[in-house]
This record gives sequence, structure tokens and C-alpha cells, in this order.
Amino acid sequence: MTVYDKNKVSFVRSEMVGESPPPLSEVGFVGWIRKNLFSSVSNSILTIVGFYLAYQIIYVLVNFSFIDAVWSGEDGTACRAPQAPGDGACWPFVGAYFDQFIYGRYTIAERWRVDLVYLIGAIGIAWLVIERAPKRPLVAVLMLTAFPLISFILLTGGNFDYSSNFLWTSLIVAAVILVAAFAIPTMTKSNPWPTMITVAVVLLILAGVLLLLSIDFGLPEVETSLWGGLLVTLVIAITGIVFSLPVGVILALGRQSNMPIVRIICVIFIEFWRGVPLITVLFMASVMLPLFMPKGIHVDNLLRAMIGVAFFASAYMAEVVRGGLQALPKGQYEGAQALGLSYWKMMGLIILPQALTLVIPAIVSTFIGLFKDTTLVSIVGLFDLLGQMASSLSDPKWSSPMTPHTGYLFVGAVFWIFCFAMSRYSVYMERKLDTGHG
Amino acid sequence: MSIQDAGHVDDQAKVAFFNDPKVRSWAYQIILVLFLGWVIWSIRENVSANLEAQNIATGWGFLGTTAGFSILQKLVFYTEASSYGRALWIGLLNTFLIAFLGVIFATILGFIIGIARLSSNWIVAKVAMVYIEVVRNLPLLLQIFFWYFAALRALPGKREKASFLDTIHLNITGLKMPAPVFGEGSSIVGIAVLAAIGGIFFLRRWAKKRQEEKGEQFPVFLTSLGLLFFLPLIAFFAAGQPIGLEHPVFSETGPMIRRGFALNTGLSLSPEFIALFLALVTYTAAFIAEIVRAGIMAVDKGQSEASHALGVSNNFTLRLVVIPQAMRVIVPPLISQYLNLTKNSSLAVAIAYPDLVAVGGTILNQTGQAIEIVTLWMVIYLTISLSISMVMNWYNRSIALVGR
Repeated sequence: MTVYDKNKVSFVRSEMVGESPPPLSEVGFVGWIRKNLFSSVSNSILTIVGFYLAYQIIYVLVNFSFIDAVWSGEDGTACRAPQAPGDGACWPFVGAYFDQFIYGRYTIAERWRVDLVYLIGAIGIAWLVIERAPKRPLVAVLMLTAFPLISFILLTGGNFDYSSNFLWTSLIVAAVILVAAFAIPTMTKSNPWPTMITVAVVLLILAGVLLLLSIDFGLPEVETSLWGGLLVTLVIAITGIVFSLPVGVILALGRQSNMPIVRIICVIFIEFWRGVPLITVLFMASVMLPLFMPKGIHVDNLLRAMIGVAFFASAYMAEVVRGGLQALPKGQYEGAQALGLSYWKMMGLIILPQALTLVIPAIVSTFIGLFKDTTLVSIVGLFDLLGQMASSLSDPKWSSPMTPHTGYLFVGAVFWIFCFAMSRYSVYMERKLDTGHG
Repeated sequence: MSIQDAGHVDDQAKVAFFNDPKVRSWAYQIILVLFLGWVIWSIRENVSANLEAQNIATGWGFLGTTAGFSILQKLVFYTEASSYGRALWIGLLNTFLIAFLGVIFATILGFIIGIARLSSNWIVAKVAMVYIEVVRNLPLLLQIFFWYFAALRALPGKREKASFLDTIHLNITGLKMPAPVFGEGSSIVGIAVLAAIGGIFFLRRWAKKRQEEKGEQFPVFLTSLGLLFFLPLIAFFAAGQPIGLEHPVFSETGPMIRRGFALNTGLSLSPEFIALFLALVTYTAAFIAEIVRAGIMAVDKGQSEASHALGVSNNFTLRLVVIPQAMRVIVPPLISQYLNLTKNSSLAVAIAYPDLVAVGGTILNQTGQAIEIVTLWMVIYLTISLSISMVMNWYNRSIALVGR
């Protein structure tokens, strides 16, 4: 047997062959296409159908809103004209009615007030969204307290008169309840002063707010029947959001409470609102609420819708919060109790922060639902963005076959931008707050 | 430690009564009840005073009076001379009709889109995603308006039609289809259908038993399908073809005003129905698609891998391992979407499809019986919601994982 010296024999490889590159059809653009679009016959058919669908949709949309669109005109003549490029959008219609879509019939000379509210709101929300901005908790508190108050005064004009008896009775009842709610815990404390001071401060703030609302700032009153368009949409949506979160939390806590009567009342309240369609709630608010009020008290249309929407949203929010409360491990409750925290401290410091964080996506989707649902107020005679646009369609000056399409496209785009932004933000928050163990 | 503990117990015994959690909790509850009682009492007082001032009599007597308005789409007999109660019944049936059809089609479309969203095919997944993101983020009312005031306006006019296979016709007055006419002996066909369903039930039991005993499989699905199709078909011919079709009558000639579809011929769906149906189905399907996606993604990959490792075929893995587990995640939110669809069908009032809310609204305007009508609405919708959630709770219990 001959032993070969591998260094001397020319046909034996002394090192490994390097990896050859993958075939061209498997990498890069071609590979991607083969893998994701044409991996099998059925997949190829699906791909062709998919591209055809996408092409059709984009083609129709681009043609309608740009290529065939009418861009200028004093009235609908250009859009009606047979020589118009075809089935294109009638953009001058949106231009002519733009102010109405934003402000409704709000007194023109006073529209700067609406602008100011929009501006403050936009700055506040941007501040809260940008993470590097300083003092975000303070801004959050201001946005939930001062902003609604300022907006209220700016939009309505303030200068309220409190001559009605009903208002006073309600206020006194509210004050008595507040004092009673704090009186019982106060009795049990060795040092009652801090609680008493809190109560006094709350009462003072309430009185201050009432006083502020009655001051004449020289702003002329703008009746809510003149409000419309995006203004009404945002006012109803934001009051709904601001109202529903705290009330929803309280209802959810009530539903989990050990006190049987509290629990039953909360369950009935939640299930009632969740079981009926919003439109019947709005009908109820608009035809029954006036019957509930004592004679001489007039609840204006906008306020009725706001009350309906707020209650409705609170019930949904309560269920969302309950989901968060139930998802927390029992050890969190037990740990808090073992530390000797009182019920409210346990909830406020340990349970709610975690529970609410868990359900942020669900909270935001409730907000999105609420925002979309504000369109329903147009059925009970208010003019939100959709209602305002729909009512302007009946203007014969602008009537043309494509005017409705244009209007719906515009309103749809506005709603879509708001809702999509909210949903993206919630996805972002979810990723950010995900601690990885859950 | 133990001594201190004992002392602590002693302390508790001497605690002031207002520090006793039980006393406190009852005190809070009594205050709450008193407050709510006061609110309800004052509302009652106000309502009766207001009604008296407006001269509105309360009570349900109005349900028996003649309605005097016509309803375009009715499933059962109704004329202007019928009572308000009858009108509400028509409305309720119309609500059920749209909800029933809507649920079926939304489920089908939703499952298709949900699965497409997870497709490995890039363009299919993207189209599904765009569909979901667009439709979910637009108000339903806007979509209903769009379908009704914009999309359906493109249909052929009253005097023209677009036909599919010359049996289904579409124009601006709605969708016209042939209506079945049940002649003498058609009950035999009905009995045959019931017999086929009964037969399938027993067949399944028998096949399952046989498989457990002998390990042999029987093609249950195909047999069932054949049974369901051929048994009624045989009965149909045996009874002498008792069920016929009444085609809608369309006149193309004659005076202009007579052209178009004749009234009350064939089966007709109003444009309001079509618009509401399309809007509800496409809207709800987007939500169902997300639910389906979440459900499928919730099934761990290891489950299907384990099943494959045991030698179970792809088809059976899907049917026996993946789908049952995905369904546990899918069904509860799916049913709440069904409930949402039913409640959303009340938006019909915006385009005057005569559902419960629209008919009730008309009656409310005519009679001013606000409290009664709103109460009726609430009671009916609450009944629907609560019964559906009862079914859901029952289902949840039946499929809940049995803890170890």
C-alpha cells in the first residue's frame, strides 16, 4: 500500500472550497418576488388578482381626485359641464364650504376664538405626545382641567347667570355629598386637618370655577345652535373622552367592589348603556332629557348629545378598565394590602397605574370608536362634520353628479387621519410600554 | 410576636363603630341609595309635571291605533290601516333581517380577509391590510351615506336594468329576484329537508362510533352534502315540482311611465337595504378580520408542529388541532361583533330603511309618545344583547380550559 503525501499529489484538495453564492433566483429582488409572490401556481394567480385589485383602486382614486378633478370655479357649473374631464372630484365645492366644515355657522367675527381653542388644543396634545418635552404631567393636568374651562368660556362666551333655582339646588346637593363623602373618613383620623383642608380647597376651586364662568369677559355669546362642522365633532368627542375615563374607572371599581348595592348599581348602569345602540341613547337624550328637567330649565341640543355620548362612552370605558383590573395578578392586590395601604392608595398607587397601562390599546380603540360615533349626532339634528357636509350637498348652486363623492371623500379623509393617527399612537405606546414579561 | 398579635386583636375589638369597615360600607351604600332615590323621584315628578303641561297622555294605548303611514319593505302583511304595534313589529322583523343576513356575510368576508392578511403572498396581505385600516378608521354612518348617496346613484335608472344571468336584476329601485311560489305538495320538500338533516345527525353518530370501534373512517362530509342535496331534489320531482319561481315583470316597451319593474312582482330588496347591508358587512368584516388574525396567531406554532410530528395530515391538523384552539380565542369577540352589527343596524334611520328605530322614530313624531317608544327600543335591544351575552357566557364556559 502506497502512502500518498497529500502535499505532493496534485489532485487532492488542501483546503475547503468557499461557499458559492446562492443562485440569482433565490436572492435579492428576484428571490424576494419568487418567494413572496410566485411560490406556487395558486399563489401566482392570487398575486395577479391582488395587483389587479390594487391597480384598480389606485387608478380610480387618483383619477377621481387628481387627474379628472375640477380645481376651480365660482359655482358648480364647471363640475356639471359635460366637457368636464369625466368623473372627477369637484374640489371648488370643498373650497367654498371649507369654513362651514370647520366652524359651522359660528359667528364669523368671533371665529378667532375657535381658532384659539384649536391652537391651544393642538399645542397641548403635541406637548403630551412629544416625549422629550418638559413638565408633561403638569401639561396633562392643565389639559384635563384648565383647557376645558378656557375652551368653554371662549366658545360660549362665558358670562353665565345663576338665577335659576334648579342650578343652586344641584350645587348645594353636590357640595353636601362632597362634604359627607369626606366627613366619615375624617372622623376616624387622629389628625383630621389635612382632609379638611383638601375638602376646603376643592370647594374653593369649585366656587372659583363658578365665579370665573360668571365673569363678563366682553365676549359676545355664540349660541350652540350656530356651532357646527369639525368644531361640534371635536367638542363632543373630547368631552366624551375627558368625561368617560374617570367615570369609567369609578364604574369599573364599583363593579369590582365588595359592597353589594354599589356593585349591582354599577352592573346595571354599565350593561344598560352597553346593551342599547347609541342612536337610541341620542334619541333618549334629545326627547326624554327635556322631560326629566324641571320646568323652565332648558338643556340645549348640543349639551343633550354630549350627555348621551358621555354616559355611553363611560360604560364602554368601564368594561375596558375592568379588563385591566382582572388581568392583574392577585399578588399585586395582596402585596399592596400587606403594606397596609388603604383602598384608595392601593388603587391609585399600585393597581390602576398597572391596569390602565395594560389596557391602553383598548382605551384608545374606545376613543376611536367614540370619535367615529360622534357622526351619529347628525341624526338628532346637530351639525357635526358629516352632518354639515351632508346638509351642504343640498345647495343647488353646487349640485353636480360628483359633488357627493367629493364631499364624502373629504370628510372621510379628515376622519381617517384622526382615527389612524390615534391607532398608530396606541400601537407605538403598546410597544414602548411592553415590559416583556406579561 | 405572638403577644403583640394578641394585643392587636384586643385593639380591634375596641374600635369605634364608625371605623368598622362593615358599618362604613353600609353607610356609603345607604347614602348612595338615598341619593339615587332622590334623583329618580325628582325625575318622576318632573316628567309627570312636564307631560301634564304638554297634554300628553302616557300609556300603551297608542299601539292599537291606526298607523296611517306606509312602510316600503315589509316581511309580513302591513298596510296603512294597520296599527302602530303592527308597524313596530314590521320594523323589528326588518332589524332581524338585516342583522341575520349581515352577520352571515360579514363572517364570510371577515374570515377571507383575516386569512388573506396572514397570507405569505405579499400583495394579498398588503391589500387586506389596507382594506382593514381604511374601513376600520372611517365612521360607519359615513360609509352608509357613501353607499346610499354616492355609490348606488351609479346604478341604472328606474326604466333600465342590469341583469345577471337574466334572473337577478339591479336598478335604482333595488335588487329584483325571482320569488319562490309554494304550490300544493311543497310541504313534502320541506319534510325531505328535515329528514335529510335528521339523517345527517344519525350518520355522524354512527360514523363516529364506527371509527372509535374499528378505526375505519367514513366520508361523512360528502355523504351529508349529497343527502342534503339529493333527498329534497328527489322529493321535489316526486311531488310534481310544487315549487315554482315568479320572475319580476319588467316592461321595456309601452308608455314611458309604465316602463320598469312592475310593483309586487318577484322578490325585491330596496336600495336602502342594499346600502345598509353593504356598509354593515364591509365595516364589520374589517373588525372580524382582525379577530380572525389574532385568533390564528394565538395558536402556538408548536401545536401544529407536534401534530405533524405525530404523523397527522395537514388537513386534519388544521381541522382538529389549529381551528378548535383558534376558535376559543375568536368566538367571544366574534359574537360581540355580531351584537355590534345588530346595534349598528339602527343607523338605518339615517337613510330611512324601516327598521325598529326608524319606524319608532316615525311613530314618535306622529304621536309624541317619547317615553313609551324609547322604553320599547331600550327593552328590545337590551333583550337581544342580554340573550346573546348569555349564549356567549354559556359557550365560554363550555370551551374553557379545564385547569389542572
